[in-house]
Amino acid sequence: MSTYSATLGGRTHSFAGLARLLAAASPERSGDRLAGLAADSAQARVAARWALAEVPLARFLAEPVIPYESDDVTRLIMDSHDAAAFAPVCGLTVGELREWLLSEAADAPTLAALAPGLTPEMVAAVSKLMGNADLVAVARKVRVVTAFRSTIGLPGRLATRLQPNHPTDDPAGVAAALLDGLLLGSGDAVIGINPATDSPEAVRDLLDLLEGVIDRYSIPTQSCVLCHVTTSIDLMERGAPVDLVFQSIAGTQAANASFGVTLGLLDEAYEAARSLDRGTVGSNALYFETGQGSALSADAHHGVDQQTVEARAYAVARRYDPLLVNTVVGFIGPEYLYDGRQILRAALEDHFCGKLLGLPMGLDICYTNHADADDDDIATMLTMLGVAGASFVICTPGGDDIMLNYQSASYHDALYLREVLGLRPAPEFETWLERIGLLDDGGGIRDVAGTGHPLTAIGRGLAA
Amino acid sequence: MDRESDTALWNSLRRHTQARIGLGRAGSALPTRHRLELQAAHAAARDAVHSPFDPDVVASALTGVPTIRVRSAAPDRLTYLQRPDLGRRLHDVDRAHLPRDGWDVVFVVADGLSSRAVHEHAAAVVRATTQRLPSDWHVAPVVLAEQARVALGDDIAHALGAGMAVVLIGERPGMSAADSLGAYLTYGPRPGRTTDADRNCLSNIRPPLGLSHTAAATKLATLMRRARDLGRTGVSLKDESTPTLPQP
Repeated sequence: MSTYSATLGGRTHSFAGLARLLAAASPERSGDRLAGLAADSAQARVAARWALAEVPLARFLAEPVIPYESDDVTRLIMDSHDAAAFAPVCGLTVGELREWLLSEAADAPTLAALAPGLTPEMVAAVSKLMGNADLVAVARKVRVVTAFRSTIGLPGRLATRLQPNHPTDDPAGVAAALLDGLLLGSGDAVIGINPATDSPEAVRDLLDLLEGVIDRYSIPTQSCVLCHVTTSIDLMERGAPVDLVFQSIAGTQAANASFGVTLGLLDEAYEAARSLDRGTVGSNALYFETGQGSALSADAHHGVDQQTVEARAYAVARRYDPLLVNTVVGFIGPEYLYDGRQILRAALEDHFCGKLLGLPMGLDICYTNHADADDDDIATMLTMLGVAGASFVICTPGGDDIMLNYQSASYHDALYLREVLGLRPAPEFETWLERIGLLDDGGGIRDVAGTGHPLTAIGRGLAA
Repeated sequence: MDRESDTALWNSLRRHTQARIGLGRAGSALPTRHRLELQAAHAAARDAVHSPFDPDVVASALTGVPTIRVRSAAPDRLTYLQRPDLGRRLHDVDRAHLPRDGWDVVFVVADGLSSRAVHEHAAAVVRATTQRLPSDWHVAPVVLAEQARVALGDDIAHALGAGMAVVLIGERPGMSAADSLGAYLTYGPRPGRTTDADRNCLSNIRPPLGLSHTAAATKLATLMRRARDLGRTGVSLKDESTPTLPQP
């Protein structure tokens, strides 16, 4: 293991190994402090950044932050590294990569071609040298386009996940929330329910409900009931209408084990989902959720800071050509991201790293009530991530999820973002909105009374 | 547009969900009334997190039942929120005050993330559960714990020499539920070795919308007897009783 050091304020700060260096260079956050990995002073933090700026990118291929022998995510990262794609930046240091990414030379096609040549640790490292505005400027240039029944990630578009959760999975309650979201123009990324239980029967009932609505109104979107991947595999074998296969993933083998998944299991799910071939305009059939803090929470972080571990989860995701990946950025609580400032920073880092690695990144911009954050933080994050070109955001009725007990963006928030940034829904969905009378002349969502609109049959049918 | 029948439609749909549906719009944004209602709900949840725990409230509701007060190693709320490890450990001074005996069970009333939930529901659940236990059970004094996480119960039970811990703790407040109490049952707790998979949990104790005190007590007492018979809690001890959550 190498030692990295820099002199600052008359003192030489040394960091034993890349993992310690990366952790010390991270912006202040409660999770790294909890893990005992944070820089022990503000000056040590900046010294770590000076030292990190000098590290050649090639060093990350020689010194894995978690040993190759003991972690299958490290093996995946190393074994799938594309040396040819890496060639344009192979001689750069981390500091030079930052400047190159910000330069005009790094345009959308160049960045797309570079993605397989970058490792999670490289993008995590460069993110630590970037300001919030840098993270926006570079992420905005990257384009990742995926498709199933709608196309996600096109320039000038913002998709949304409609999330009609209910604490007891009551079909009438879900239908009522589904109607509300559709009338507000939401649901082009996915109509996705977090079920109250993981019982296959309950999941299947919800899948049937969603398929019924999607079919009846010919909505160009996809459904997902966010259950464990083994439940989805089981349901697919039994002929259930599974559009997207969902799984929460993390950046180490041990953290994935705490979620009950292995790469082998994900391989199996990938094959099963693709063989169903239920997409119409594309075949990206997986949906992953991630979020800083999950590896630490599972005591499976191997001394790696929470942002670098999070970036490693994206190496897992990109193996499976997902339709959607989102970081649930403020979900776990203030022991990992303390306040609105830390949550915003993490959101920008995750979005930047995911996109540079070639993923269709969206966000669940959210917080819990024991974090120091409020709806103004949601508005700030939403605006910055809209500018940064996020593929999609998660939306809940009034921003209040009554099943998971946390606050996320609302359908209204998505309307705001589309309005102020001139963003439009996914093209197939936009055409459908027009056909069903929900698109106004300016391309926004018409403010319709529920009654009299054909969609209200959804609510009346199930809630009668 | 027919606003009146629109209102009627959403009112009929709201019977099926507490989700904030049919809120209407001011431009793209929420109408003022709904914006303020959301802020009020958020304020109630924030206040629940930050309202100090008052052990006197619980102690006086438990008149006649011996109680002991302890703190975790987290000195204040700010530290508590950022350092779950400290919230799981007993304050060294308080450890010495816990009387060792052959207790069958200790009830730990822990503030967690909502002292309001604890003030309103914990004493009633302790009383109702104790009443449903066999009279020969040796029940320790009720421990009232401040700045406490669930696993603090392991440390407390270990210090007391108790065979089982029931931690009644204020759950993370949502905007639609700021007063929800959770109950965690652990057989043979060992600080640092017991994991979440070793516990049984009842959540959403919050009458009238959630689980009632008596329903929670009945479930808990049943689980406690079976835990003692089996010598374990956790994933291998399933709750086989019928669901008692109110249907919407």
